[in-house]
Amino acid sequence: MNYSSYIALIPLLPLAGFVLLGLFGKKIFRQSSGIIGVLLLLVSTALAIYTAYHYFFVDGKVNDVYQTIIPVKYSWLQFSSGTSIDMGITLDPISVMMLIVVTFVSLMVHIFSLGYMKGEERFSTYYSFLSLFTFSMLGLVIASNIFQIYIFWELVGVSSYLLIGFYYDRPSAVAASKKAFIVTRFADLGFLIGILILAFEGGTLDFNTLIQRLTDTQSSQFISITTASFLGVSVLTWALTLVFIGGAGKSAMFPLHIWLPDAMEGPTPVSALIHAATMVVAGVYLVARLFPIFSINVSALHVVTWVGAISAFLAAIIACTQTDIKRVLAYSTMSQIGYMMFALGVAKIGGEAGLGYTASMFHLFTHAFFKSLLFLGAGAVIHVVHSNEMKDMGGLRKFMPITHITFLIACLAISGVPPFAGFFSKEEILLAAFNSNKIVYGIALFTSGLTAFYMFRLYFSIFWNKPKELHDHHGEGTFSMKLPLVLLGIGSALVGFIPFGKYVSSDGGMLESPFHLNFSIVPVAFALIGILLALWMYKNESSRPQWAAAAFGGLYRSAYKKFYIDEIYLFVTKKIVFNLIGRPAAWIDKNIVDGTMNGIASATATISGWIKGIQSGKVQSYALYFFAGIVVLAIIVLYIWK
Amino acid sequence: MNLNLLLLIPLLTAVAILCCKGLKQVRTVSFIGTALQLVLSFVLLYWYWQERSAGNNAAFLFENNFTWYAPLHINYHIGVDGISVAMILLTSFVVFAGVLISWKIEKLSKEFFFLLLFLSVGAYGFFISLDLFTLFFFLELAVIPKFLLIGIWGSGKKEYSAMKLALMLMGGSALVFVGLAGLFFNTNTGDGSHTFDIIQIAQMHIPVAAQKLFFPFAFIGFGIFGALFPFHTWVPDGHSSAPTAASMFLAGISMKLGGYGCLRVATYLMPDAAHQYSWIIIVLSCIAILYGAFATMMQTDLKYINAYSSVSHCGFVLLGIGMLTRTAITGAVMQMVSHGLMTALFFACIGMIYDRTHTRQMAQLGGLLKVMPFISTVFVIAGLCSLGLPGFSGFVAEITVFMGSWEHAELFYKITTIIACASIVVTAVYILRAVGKAIMGPLASKEYSLLPDAGWNEKLAAGLLIIGIVAIGVAPFWLNHLVGPGAEAIMKNISNVAIIK
Repeated sequence: MNYSSYIALIPLLPLAGFVLLGLFGKKIFRQSSGIIGVLLLLVSTALAIYTAYHYFFVDGKVNDVYQTIIPVKYSWLQFSSGTSIDMGITLDPISVMMLIVVTFVSLMVHIFSLGYMKGEERFSTYYSFLSLFTFSMLGLVIASNIFQIYIFWELVGVSSYLLIGFYYDRPSAVAASKKAFIVTRFADLGFLIGILILAFEGGTLDFNTLIQRLTDTQSSQFISITTASFLGVSVLTWALTLVFIGGAGKSAMFPLHIWLPDAMEGPTPVSALIHAATMVVAGVYLVARLFPIFSINVSALHVVTWVGAISAFLAAIIACTQTDIKRVLAYSTMSQIGYMMFALGVAKIGGEAGLGYTASMFHLFTHAFFKSLLFLGAGAVIHVVHSNEMKDMGGLRKFMPITHITFLIACLAISGVPPFAGFFSKEEILLAAFNSNKIVYGIALFTSGLTAFYMFRLYFSIFWNKPKELHDHHGEGTFSMKLPLVLLGIGSALVGFIPFGKYVSSDGGMLESPFHLNFSIVPVAFALIGILLALWMYKNESSRPQWAAAAFGGLYRSAYKKFYIDEIYLFVTKKIVFNLIGRPAAWIDKNIVDGTMNGIASATATISGWIKGIQSGKVQSYALYFFAGIVVLAIIVLYIWK
Repeated sequence: MNLNLLLLIPLLTAVAILCCKGLKQVRTVSFIGTALQLVLSFVLLYWYWQERSAGNNAAFLFENNFTWYAPLHINYHIGVDGISVAMILLTSFVVFAGVLISWKIEKLSKEFFFLLLFLSVGAYGFFISLDLFTLFFFLELAVIPKFLLIGIWGSGKKEYSAMKLALMLMGGSALVFVGLAGLFFNTNTGDGSHTFDIIQIAQMHIPVAAQKLFFPFAFIGFGIFGALFPFHTWVPDGHSSAPTAASMFLAGISMKLGGYGCLRVATYLMPDAAHQYSWIIIVLSCIAILYGAFATMMQTDLKYINAYSSVSHCGFVLLGIGMLTRTAITGAVMQMVSHGLMTALFFACIGMIYDRTHTRQMAQLGGLLKVMPFISTVFVIAGLCSLGLPGFSGFVAEITVFMGSWEHAELFYKITTIIACASIVVTAVYILRAVGKAIMGPLASKEYSLLPDAGWNEKLAAGLLIIGIVAIGVAPFWLNHLVGPGAEAIMKNISNVAIIK
């Protein structure tokens, strides 16, 4: 079957779901909206899997290199002869991989929500928003045009906004949704300007043409963009860094990460879908999409590497101290995305040097499974405990056997314990870092130990430790909640065995990633140390955590306070932007600009008062003015005119 | 197609309203009249496309020309290009929605609807005029009724606002008049006589000195209508005191008269001056965009928020005009249409909320989504359009302006574009603040829990405007095709100048 005959259905079916449920959900599909959402997405998922099968195993390769196929493309908004926004569908290894990730995780979340959101007043609204998100995310990953990606970028942002603020009567949810949108909007400003620069220099908005022109060292566009500079930095570096800022905002990279922990105000399945598996990796995906251009610019790659590494490390430290289980997972997401980022940063195009690229995409793939599983598991726990706080949990392994086992699998996977999925992808990332930058490798290694520690801190606190009293305990949840946990658990255990380098590599060719036993010993040892430490501290109730917190003193407190980054932002926005820019602008407008206008008006009134006095109706005074006028005119004519 | 119909229908409707008895008859007549006009504007669009696809490449279609007053060379000359068609579509949407929103107005309803229809005659006439005098005549028609609408049916400090608006707009018209008269006396049809005819003037070359002298008059004059900084201060007071339908008309159409005039008269007819003064226009509009946005951030009254944000959004119109590229001018026109629909929707929504809660203060509102889901959803949609979300018209227009501005290679244009781009963040801040306070959050007062949601008329009005917004946002190519050639004709005049230099 030809791609173009069905491929557009993959994003359009969720869109249909959004329109259908958004318009008629409240009345006609009140009960059935969940089922409709699931069924539509099921078809999409099936089509995505079929596409992937076809692309990877049947006709994606020419001469052993995966091709970029654009089955659908039409002009949406033409600016000038060269530049236009096109809506198209790109099939290449990463977009096909993302199609699978997005549809599959979204399907799991749709199914899970059938049970989790049951009885919710705005059930159909919830599903329509989920469908909107899925549509937007699919549109993002298949984009063939840099503005198309921007358009869907904004749309995933707004779906995220709507879903974070789903419980709209909670002020905290409203604040969180606002924060998420505005912080990412700020980052998007960078993205937009980056696009404008690339479009101007490259003379096109089309991804393929753009990449072709800007990587060809002979082309006039390449010469122009690399020789031109602004403030001493080449325009290409500016453009890529600005685009990366957009990506960093969406992917919650330091220092634009502050929205992600707050975004946990949304329903937990939403966090699993948007804030763990799909939308937050959009930044990584964006860098990967433009990777051929990034790879020729060392400065921009350095920015990517260090922002990624710092985010990975910082988030892991903060995650060790948080007590809200969703926040721990949020910081963990940020940390793992940091891994993906710096993996791209240390990569190059082609062959062995491109290992980082493959590793990054591989980790994105495996992370989607185990992180969404962790969130859904956390959702199941929250569903039972009615709290997000660790202190309200404990000993739940007996009540929730399926959740317990799947959560354990996910924890092992994220910690990088063989043979679970995360081990393989993290191993590749560490290897790529080791080959190109030893400092980053060191940071990554230490962080992987921290990762194991905070994940098992979470695991032991929830499922072991001292059992807490449960109110209105109603079992582990419905079948619709257990099924996704099991499926994702199987995925988290097994997807690591996929020979990923065969399908996704920086140059479309085949990358053999041999398994280095010697290399693996150190990272696995770090992970085991982390796990053992967590076991020692959290398996049974003890005073060891308090003791450790006291021992770390200032470091613990500042990590607990998230290094005061939120406070800094608050200071800048509230004190500086509002008080020093907004307030004066409003004041100037009211008093100076408008005041001048009113002043002119009252001056006019005063002058008209004088004129009124002149027009007294007395013939004598008219005669006087007349005479004076003639004198003045006569003087002018006689002396000045000549 | 005979363009006179566009004037005849609203005029007849207005006269018919005067003969009606009672609110029911009045609103039925207004409904039918404005609905007919809406249909007619689509018919116009259809025929316009028919002509264009049949290969008619004339600058203006459906021309109609007869002498009005020969001694002064005043002709009643009308015709449309793509830009005018877009503006006429916008006007018919907004006026129809305005009638629906004012459905329950009881105070002097006959006079109210009469004035509204009368205003629309002015707007339609303005958009189809090809003669400067006729154009000015219709511009004036569209000023006086506003004074009455605000003064009689307004709220708050309405006398002050009405007077302020009337004085500033009158001042604007006076400047426009000087500009037009100056233009007129510098025309030369070959036999020594002058002309008001736009097509003829566009083809002749007005002396550069005269252009430089009269361009500011015309541009600032029209600019006052279009909220040019620092002459925008009538906007916040005027809008917030006006009754809902008048606000919709004022922001949706009146401000577009200014943008259209700047484009059609000032820029099109005085290209040399436009070229020379463009940097001033760009600087002023950048100030309006960003400073307007920051001033919006501090407002607490919903109508003030929308009014100030209109200053910011209309800045994009003037920025696009000032940038003088085909893409930017297309974007400016798109922004006029987009902002017209969006702001009308916003004002309609604020009006609906005010009718029910009797407050527009954000602090007193909250949680409306629970009691008025329809109105709240519309409010959110209008907000999202305002902050330039893809899928709605605002995004398309803004992006086109940005792309058009960025076509210049010089640093000055890049920096001003970045300043304009920066407003997308500030816009998000004030929109989400308003949505968060008024629509989301806990219900502010128990009394609100019994308030009714939108009625059929309000739903129809909002629905229509949303259809317009989404039709542009999802499929912008039709508007691009409609407006593009018109922008190109204007650019042809400009680039002739640029080449001569």
